[in-house]
Amino acid sequence: MSSVRETLRAELGAAVLSARGEGLDSVLVLDAGAVPGALARAQALGCNVLVDITCVDHLRWVPAGRGTPSHPDRMPRWELPKPPSRFKLVYRLMALDAGQGAVRERLALECWLEGDAGPASARSLWPNADWLEREVWDMFGVRFSDRPDIKRILMYEEFVGHPLRKDYPIGKRQPLLGVDDGAAPAALSDEELRPSPGGKRP
Amino acid sequence: MNATATQRRTYLLNMGPSHPAMHGVIRLLLELDGERVVKADAEIGYLHRAFEKQAEDDCWNNVIPYTDRLNYVSPLINNVGYCLAVEKLCGIETPERCQYLRVIASEISRVTDHLTCVGASAMELGAFTVFLYLMQAREVLYFCVDKLTGARITTSYTRIGGVKADLPEGFETMVHDAFRKVREAVRESDALLTRNRIFMDRMRGIGVLPRATALAYGVTGPLLRAAGVPYDLRRAQPYLVYDKLDFEVPVGSQGDNFDRYLVRLAEIEQGMRIVEQCLRDMPAGPVRSSDPRLLDAAEMADAGKRGETGRLSGSDADGDPTLEGTGERFKAGISAPAPDAVLPTKERAYGSIEGLMNHFELVMWGRGVTPPPGETYFAVEAGNGELGFHVVSDGSRRPYRVRVRPPCFFNMAALHTMLEGGTVADIIATFGSINMIAGELDR
Amino acid sequence: MRLMDVVDSELLPGVITTRIDDAVGWARKYSIFTYPFVTACCGMEFMSTACSHYDLDRFGAAFPRFSPRQADVLMVVGTISHKMAPVLRRIYEQMASPKWVVAFGVCTCTGGFYDNYATVQGIDKIVPVDVYIPGCPPRPEAVLKGLMLLQEKIRKQGWKGQ
Repeated sequence: MSSVRETLRAELGAAVLSARGEGLDSVLVLDAGAVPGALARAQALGCNVLVDITCVDHLRWVPAGRGTPSHPDRMPRWELPKPPSRFKLVYRLMALDAGQGAVRERLALECWLEGDAGPASARSLWPNADWLEREVWDMFGVRFSDRPDIKRILMYEEFVGHPLRKDYPIGKRQPLLGVDDGAAPAALSDEELRPSPGGKRP
Repeated sequence: MNATATQRRTYLLNMGPSHPAMHGVIRLLLELDGERVVKADAEIGYLHRAFEKQAEDDCWNNVIPYTDRLNYVSPLINNVGYCLAVEKLCGIETPERCQYLRVIASEISRVTDHLTCVGASAMELGAFTVFLYLMQAREVLYFCVDKLTGARITTSYTRIGGVKADLPEGFETMVHDAFRKVREAVRESDALLTRNRIFMDRMRGIGVLPRATALAYGVTGPLLRAAGVPYDLRRAQPYLVYDKLDFEVPVGSQGDNFDRYLVRLAEIEQGMRIVEQCLRDMPAGPVRSSDPRLLDAAEMADAGKRGETGRLSGSDADGDPTLEGTGERFKAGISAPAPDAVLPTKERAYGSIEGLMNHFELVMWGRGVTPPPGETYFAVEAGNGELGFHVVSDGSRRPYRVRVRPPCFFNMAALHTMLEGGTVADIIATFGSINMIAGELDR
Repeated sequence: MRLMDVVDSELLPGVITTRIDDAVGWARKYSIFTYPFVTACCGMEFMSTACSHYDLDRFGAAFPRFSPRQADVLMVVGTISHKMAPVLRRIYEQMASPKWVVAFGVCTCTGGFYDNYATVQGIDKIVPVDVYIPGCPPRPEAVLKGLMLLQEKIRKQGWKGQ
C-alpha cells in the first residue's frame, strides 16, 4: 500500500510545489488553493487525526548577507531561502491505527499565503480545527475564507492586533480593562512601553 | 389567573473563571434546561502568558525555564520535550546515561501529574482523605525532584545536549523509599475509591468520550487510552530509551470518567516501574571517591582568576552536588560531545583559553546555541498526551518560532461533547478527570 | 505593652484584661478565611502548603472560602493576565471589609519573567497588596513566613481593620 504522501503527490500533480523530509517528518508544500481538497483527500486516505494547525510569520526572515534585525551584531552563517510570502500555514496530520495505537504515517502540509488570506476552514473534516483556526486568527490574523465572523480564543475581544506577528512588539501592552477607574494606577502609556525586541538589552 | 400555556426557556449559567472546582482558569458558558446541560462553551485564554512570543525573544537555552511553566504539574516532561526538539534540529545525540536520566525525570513527573489529577478530582467529589493521602505522596516525590534538580516545581533540569546534573548521592534509596510511600498511598486511595458506591456512581458512564469523537478532536493521552486506543508515544514512536524498557500501556473501554481514573491509576504504577528499571539498568556513573586531584570548585575559580591555570589542568572540580554536571568526571555521561551547544567543563573553562572562549560563546548576550536554519517537529508523551514542539530556526541565536502543541488544548476542545446531555453536577466530575492545566492550554 | 494581663486577685479570679483593640486583632489573626484565587503554577505550591505536610491549618488560616463575600484574605496565586485582570478586580470589590490581599509568587508581585503584552506587571496595578511572597513559585516555607507576616500585620491593625 502506498503512503498518503505518495498518493497525494501523484494525485495533486503540479499543486505540490515541493516535498521534503522522510518518514514521520514528511512535508508537502502545496499551493494554497489546493489545501482544502488535499486535506479532504488525506482524510479519505486514512489521516484520521488532525494533530495541529499553526502558522509561521516570515516577516523578519532575512536572506543571508544582510544581518538579522533581531541580531544586528551577527551575520547569519547560513544562506536562507527567500520566503515566497509572509505567512506559512502548517497542517500536521497523522494516520493512527486505532486498534493497535500505532502511527501509520505522519504528514505535514504547508502552504504559503497571499497576504493574510487563508484557505477554507477544515472544521467539517476535523472538529478540532475550529479552535486551532481561531488560535491562528487570534495570534497571526490569518483569515480563513469561510469564517468571516471568527472569534479570538486566547486574547480578549478588545485586544487590538495579533501578538505573534513579528511586527507586534513583545512589550506592547494595551489598557487594562475594567480597572481604569481612577482608584488604580492607569495602564502604561506608550512612553513606558518597552521598545521592540532587538533593543531589549545593550 | 388562569395560565393555559407554559413557556420553556433555557437558562444561561456562567461557571468560572474563578471557581472552586476549576483547577485552572477557564470559563464555561452553560446553557441549561433545568439540571441538564444543553450546550457548553469553554472560554480559554485567561492564563495566556505569551510563551511562544517570549521564546522568540530569548536564546535557545533560555526558553527552558518557560517550558517548566507550561504543564506545571509535570514540568520535567516539558523540559525533555523541548530539548529533544532542539537537539533534533541540531542533530545532537545525547549519551545513554543522559537518556536514562531524562526518562527517570520524566516518569517521576508523570507520577506526580497523575497523583495530582486523581487527588484533586476525588476531592471535588467529596473524597478529601484521598486528596490528602495523594498530596502527601506527591510531596515525597517533590523531595526527590528537589534533590535531583534543585527545585520542587520549576525544575529546568535539561539543557540542550544534556542535563544539568547527574544523580545526587543517595538518590536511588530516596526514590525507592518514596515509591514505597506512593504505592501505599495509591493502595489506600484505591481501596477508598475504586469500589466505592458513591464514587462509582459519579464516575461510571459519565462524561463519555467515545473513540471516534476522541480521534476526531485529536485527543491524546489518558483520555484517548481510556477510550480504548492504546496510543502512547513512548510505544508508538519510542524516543530516548523507552524501547529498552518494559512497561504496559493501560487502556479503558468506555472512555468515561471511571476509565480515565483507572488508566491514570495504572499509569502511576507503570511510571514507577519504569524508574525502577532505569535505576537498575542505566550505565554506571562516575565513582565518587576522594580523588587526590579533586579541587574545590571555588578554589579552582580563584586560581583561574589569578592565572594559575597550570595546576588546574590535571585536577577535577568538586562543586556543589547540584552542580555535578559541570566537572570533567560527570560531563561525559550526561552531556553530548557538542561544544557548540554544551558548556565546557569547569576544568576547561578555567584551565584553558579555548575552554574560556567556548564558555563565553555560549553564555554571553547575543551568543549562544545556534541551530542550523530549518524546522522540525518533535513530540513526547506528556501527562496529558502528545506534547509537540515545532521549532523553527533562522540560524540566529534566538528561536525564530517555537510552537507548542499542548495536549490540553485538544482535550478541552472536546470538553463540550462530554458535558452536553449531562447534568450540572457531572461537570465537576468530568472536568476533574480531564486534568486541564491552564499553563499549557493558554501558554 | 503586653497583649494580655492575668488579673490575679481575690475579687476577680481567672480574669484577664486586655485592650479591645488587641483582643480583636488577636482573634482576627487566627480566624483567616482565604479566597484562593489560583491561576497558575503557584497553585501547586499552594496545594502543598495547604495539605498535611506543611499544614496551613496550624496558623488558623486553612479554611478556603470560594465566595468572596465570606472571605477576608484574597490569596492571588499565579500569573494574572490582562484577560484575567477585570475578574480579579471584581472579586476584590465583592469582598467585605476588613480585607487583605496576599501576592503569592513573583508573577503577582512584579510580573516575573513574563515581561510581555499579556501579563499584568504586578497585581498592585489592580488591587492593593498587603504581603508580597516572591519566588517562582515560593517554597512552602516562604509561604508560611508570608502568612505569619500577614498575621502580624492583622494583629497590629487591631480593631480598625486596615
